[in-house]
Amino acid sequence: MSFSGALAQLFAIALALVLAPLLSGWVGQCRAWLQSRTAPPLLLPYYMLRKLFEKDVVLAHNASSLFRAAPFVIFGCMLLACAIVPTLSTDLPFAPAADALALVGIFGLARIFIALAGMDVGTAFGSLGGRREMLVGFLAEPALLMVFFTLAMIAQSTSLATIVETLAHRELIIYPSLAFAGVAFTFVSLAENARVPVDNPATHLELTMIHEAMILEYTGRHLALIEWAASLKLYAYSCLGLALFFPWGIAPGDNILALAAAIPLLLLKLAIGGFLLAAIETVNAKMRIFRAPEFLGTAFMLAVLGLLVRLLLEVKV
Amino acid sequence: MSGLLTLDLLILAACAWLVTGLLGVFAGRATGFIAGLLFPLGAVIGIGVGLLGLNALGAPTQTAVLAIGLPDLPFHLRLDNLSAVFTLLLGFAGAGISIYAAGYFAKGDTPGLGPLCFEYHVFLGSMLMVLLADDAYAFMVAWECMALSSFFLVTTDHKHEEIRRAGFLYLLIAHIGAIAILLSFGVMTGGEGDYNFAAMRTVELTPTWTSAAFLLALAGFGAKAGLVPLHVWLPEAHPAAPSPVSAMMSGVMLKTAIYGLLRVSFDLLHTTIWWWGVVALVIGLLTAIFGVLYSTVQSDMKRLLAYSSIENIGLIAVAIGLTLIFHAYGMDALAALALTAVLYHCLAHAGFKSLLFLCTGSVLHATHERSLGKLGGLIHPMPWVAWLALAGIIAGAGLPPLSGFVSEWLLLQGFLFSPGLPHPWLNMVVPVAAALVVLVAALAGFAMVKFYGIIFLGQMREPALKDAHDAGPWERAGLVWLALITVLLGVLPSTVILRLDAATQQLLGAGLANTLQQQGWWMLAPISAERASYEPLIVLVSIAVTLLASRWLVRSLFHGRVRRSSPWDCGYHFEGPRAQDTAEGFSQPIRRIFEPMFRMQRHFPAARDKQPYYSVKVEDHFWYWCYLPIARLANWISAMIVALQGGRIAVYLMYSFITLLLLLLVARP
Repeated sequence: MSFSGALAQLFAIALALVLAPLLSGWVGQCRAWLQSRTAPPLLLPYYMLRKLFEKDVVLAHNASSLFRAAPFVIFGCMLLACAIVPTLSTDLPFAPAADALALVGIFGLARIFIALAGMDVGTAFGSLGGRREMLVGFLAEPALLMVFFTLAMIAQSTSLATIVETLAHRELIIYPSLAFAGVAFTFVSLAENARVPVDNPATHLELTMIHEAMILEYTGRHLALIEWAASLKLYAYSCLGLALFFPWGIAPGDNILALAAAIPLLLLKLAIGGFLLAAIETVNAKMRIFRAPEFLGTAFMLAVLGLLVRLLLEVKV
Repeated sequence: MSGLLTLDLLILAACAWLVTGLLGVFAGRATGFIAGLLFPLGAVIGIGVGLLGLNALGAPTQTAVLAIGLPDLPFHLRLDNLSAVFTLLLGFAGAGISIYAAGYFAKGDTPGLGPLCFEYHVFLGSMLMVLLADDAYAFMVAWECMALSSFFLVTTDHKHEEIRRAGFLYLLIAHIGAIAILLSFGVMTGGEGDYNFAAMRTVELTPTWTSAAFLLALAGFGAKAGLVPLHVWLPEAHPAAPSPVSAMMSGVMLKTAIYGLLRVSFDLLHTTIWWWGVVALVIGLLTAIFGVLYSTVQSDMKRLLAYSSIENIGLIAVAIGLTLIFHAYGMDALAALALTAVLYHCLAHAGFKSLLFLCTGSVLHATHERSLGKLGGLIHPMPWVAWLALAGIIAGAGLPPLSGFVSEWLLLQGFLFSPGLPHPWLNMVVPVAAALVVLVAALAGFAMVKFYGIIFLGQMREPALKDAHDAGPWERAGLVWLALITVLLGVLPSTVILRLDAATQQLLGAGLANTLQQQGWWMLAPISAERASYEPLIVLVSIAVTLLASRWLVRSLFHGRVRRSSPWDCGYHFEGPRAQDTAEGFSQPIRRIFEPMFRMQRHFPAARDKQPYYSVKVEDHFWYWCYLPIARLANWISAMIVALQGGRIAVYLMYSFITLLLLLLVARP
């Protein structure tokens, strides 16, 4: 681990903390434009975070110590995930801590904590949200893993840094398996980040909530951390998607110039990605909860197809 | 220390367990003496056994011949690296359970504590002898002792009809398994009549007979481990037994069956045929999927855990299948990876499943309630149990940074290499099996959240739960011990695997040690750091540091004020504990999505019911597919035979007369 590597790592974490709410704000703004509404300010998520941090925490009488610890654990998991995903450079000291499989595990850990926290107060909505979150989880995780399997077979490695380096330095031909994997990854990201076809982050309409139902009882700094963690998760997934399917521009080593060039490129890619996300959310309607298995089942089948295509067509025997 | 000392000490430990048990019989009703002295003594012996197992890993193989047994047929014992791994597991997991049992049985509400103490320690001792046995005769004697002592332990509370039934079911399937194992040993002697394992290793068998031996062993040990379709005893026997016994059976006894399967497949049979691996893989996958789906829909907490054990055994069988496939094609480095996953999952499961079963014991003692529908909110009166159970469910859900994830990670890494197999369709299908493994892991998360959320979180579903008390000091000590094992296995995988390496070296002639030694002790990279790496300690520490740092920062930059109030819940005011999800409600999505997998009887209320009620009963398909037809056949045969028995002596004399006539006709020289 070099000094500049550590510096790049710290910079990546700081960038994640700063950019994540901005990305959420940007998606919200794009959504408003596409839906012909007056757009909220770009910095709205920051104002929200500040407001929430200043407010008192109002805990339900029945809330336990787990309920109070969960936001911090979830925040920690998401920050770790952001530190592992190669956003600007592939030479991160944290990268060997978790490969693609362990990254899925870290997201799973956060999921378990948020579902348990939702069940903790003992309200109807909380346990409903917890149950649905775990439902989405067990449907999405196999699909996500199959996507990573396809990529791992291309790169002969599950380490994210190696995968990104391999994908970035190959010749510019379209792998059909990557196309399948990319679509599956998009589906999974929508579900995992509580986005429109599966969940709607902007609603408190009782029967359709998933993510919001679990965090109904959170207030003040706890809610702020959970919101921040949710935007970190969106950021991590976006960066992961960009790094895996559009890996150009990510600095291979601790080259300061390449690193500096990577930042505007990342911002541009995130801006486009955020706009596309808003567009997907605008043209789709939220589906019934029991359509979610079909949606994620499709993602899983696509990912498996990608894997089989890779094994059948692309491997030279 | 002389070479034979470890094995001798282990034999002494088995004897010490036996003596401890006998003291329990003589102590009779002296609850304080048995619980306060004998069980802790058993735990001390357990720690000793664990340390001896650890010491024997990597040491040369030791053998001994005991003077007991039949004339000219003494017991042969042998301690090699494979036995050492499982001895280690037995010792350390058994120690935790015994410490806990000291507190659990001290309350004096268990009938017949003296005999129970005896059976418990015989159970421990016989499991140790199973691991040490080096001839089929000693193995079967120890195996039967283990089955019988655990049968008596299951039926401790024999006044209840369903517990007796569970016990008989267990005994029946244990013996079907034992017959299969015996036949397997018979095949492996190759007709030489020498039941020494040493002799079996040298016998050359034709492929057909080798396969027969393997399949018989798979069936026999599968019955003990709980592989589909011989799993039915598990969800009956585990809830029936007292919790420390359930923990011992699920955490340790199931692993002796895995030990037996490994011993037969990789040691006694010296050839491996690739399709064995496919059979094990398919059965393992079926078992895992079946187990996890059923565990999500249970409403009895111990049944839920029992089905979860079936799932974990399924995953272990999948890993064994993968090992066999790699081994058959001579890819021994990869086989070592998969075998490490097998051994690691055995250790991990022994830790976290024992922990969870013991937690249900504490809940049971505090509330006298096993049904999830009558629990809830127990984190308030039982914080120790609740927080320690959290470690268990995170490991059980196979999530980083605890123990369950390490083995699943290794297993998935193994799957990633399967496209290198020199077989046209195997290298296509096997990676897809990995997707099912992930589905199982994700569903296990669902089951674990259900288990934890419904027992420990939410509002109390019954008013009586307010009087629940936390676990006592002995119980806490046992739980902490097992939680510690779970955490250590989770964060120090490299250190553990370096010790386990001796066993994979012995069975496959390959191991992961060379690659692991090139990296730091905190890093797990079985092939190379570029290929895949996982550093659980870093994961744990960075999450903990972020947790503490963000808490401190938020408090110092803003404030730490807290107010208490009624829950918000979108403004609904009249929310009692009944508004929460029940155990049935929580698993409704699973029942809906996987409907064909379950046999359900549901009752929905009609629109005008005065007292509407909803009920759902989920039953095991295998009862109706396998067991009931067999039972009906047995009944039918008996009914045929009944027709012969008129109860009149004259008729019976006539039968004898006819038989005699027939014999005279047939057997004429």
